[in-house]
Amino acid sequence: MSKTLIAVLCVGSTIGVSIALAQRADTRRSGYQDMSKSVQSMQDDDTANPAMLWVRDGAALWTRRVGAADKACADCHGGVESMADVAARYPAFDAGLGRPVDLEQRINLCRRDHQQAEALAGESRDLLALTAYVARQSRGKPIAPSDDPRLRPSIDAGAALFKQRQGQLNLSCAQCHDDNDSRKLGSATIPQGHPTAYPIYRLEWQGLGSLKRRLRNCLVGMRAEPYAYDSPEYVQLELFLMQRARGMPLESPGVRP
Amino acid sequence: MRRRLWCVIVAALCLPGASLRAQEALRPYAVTGDAITAALTGQAGDAMRGRAIVANRQLGLCLLCHSGPFPEERFQGNLAPSLAGAGSRWSEGQLRLRIVDAGRLNPDTIMPPYYRIQGLDRVARGLVGKPILSAEQIEDVVAFLATLKE
Repeated sequence: MSKTLIAVLCVGSTIGVSIALAQRADTRRSGYQDMSKSVQSMQDDDTANPAMLWVRDGAALWTRRVGAADKACADCHGGVESMADVAARYPAFDAGLGRPVDLEQRINLCRRDHQQAEALAGESRDLLALTAYVARQSRGKPIAPSDDPRLRPSIDAGAALFKQRQGQLNLSCAQCHDDNDSRKLGSATIPQGHPTAYPIYRLEWQGLGSLKRRLRNCLVGMRAEPYAYDSPEYVQLELFLMQRARGMPLESPGVRP
Repeated sequence: MRRRLWCVIVAALCLPGASLRAQEALRPYAVTGDAITAALTGQAGDAMRGRAIVANRQLGLCLLCHSGPFPEERFQGNLAPSLAGAGSRWSEGQLRLRIVDAGRLNPDTIMPPYYRIQGLDRVARGLVGKPILSAEQIEDVVAFLATLKE
């Protein structure tokens, strides 16, 4: 009787331990892992990765003096190596604005405050080029979101948005990217939706674009009204997605189908 | 020049009418158990038209998530059960409710509500007050799915 009980307990605890181990295993996948070999090699080879054209433009912009202050990024920051971990930890809290800002917004704040120059338009070639150049410096680095407690309300808001059903199709981000990832939506493999490679050169766009542009694509697909370009929801979603992807290596600038 | 101006004015006058039509109320229906037994339009749909709606990725959207007996259609989704045999598994009334508003049966379903305009958040501006499919289109789809026997 007691022998049977011990045997049952042993088997039970072994199963329990293996379940716990399985849960601990990291099952997160970058969209890179779901791409065809040819698109992967396009990203891997700098001479084939179209996003590198924007990186090259960004390098030129980094040292170009602009604005009433006649200053270049390099005049304050020095070499671009100083940007080594920036894309891996953004969005960050901006004390002046009292809210989190993404990398593009940070670049525009620098232009306004230090260069006294016009803000670059969202998704414009120059803004994408500077962002790609800065993000390139974090390639291979693990995503390491800031633990600034002032970000917490925005991260929570992003987590709620991710689960919120929207649009005529009444879908949430989580229904596809948490519950049905790796399955086929028409011809497309649904990725887990980790922001591991932005800005990305998307073959569908034939151009470089930000996470914001990608999020808008999903919202349009859900037949939801996309948030305005400068609305806080995108930064909230990005903050949540960066937490969700913590530790995954950054590939920026990536290529995606 | 003047003719063009008139065109603009006529178009502007027509627009409010168009959006009023879009807001047109949905036809009422009664749910019995897990089915809507009566056709939304009062008459049976057309199975051939229904097949075209199901296969159309801008209209029915069905094959984005479901697969089915459509040998000519490449890249069918696999988020949801195959439509093959749907007509054996479900009655027309059960199919109708599952298309109209599957959330009534399972609040967590990923299946969009094809004939519901209430309780939706942040619907794209041009689509507010419009169901995904019209009552006639839903009857066509029901008529087609009912033919998918196993």
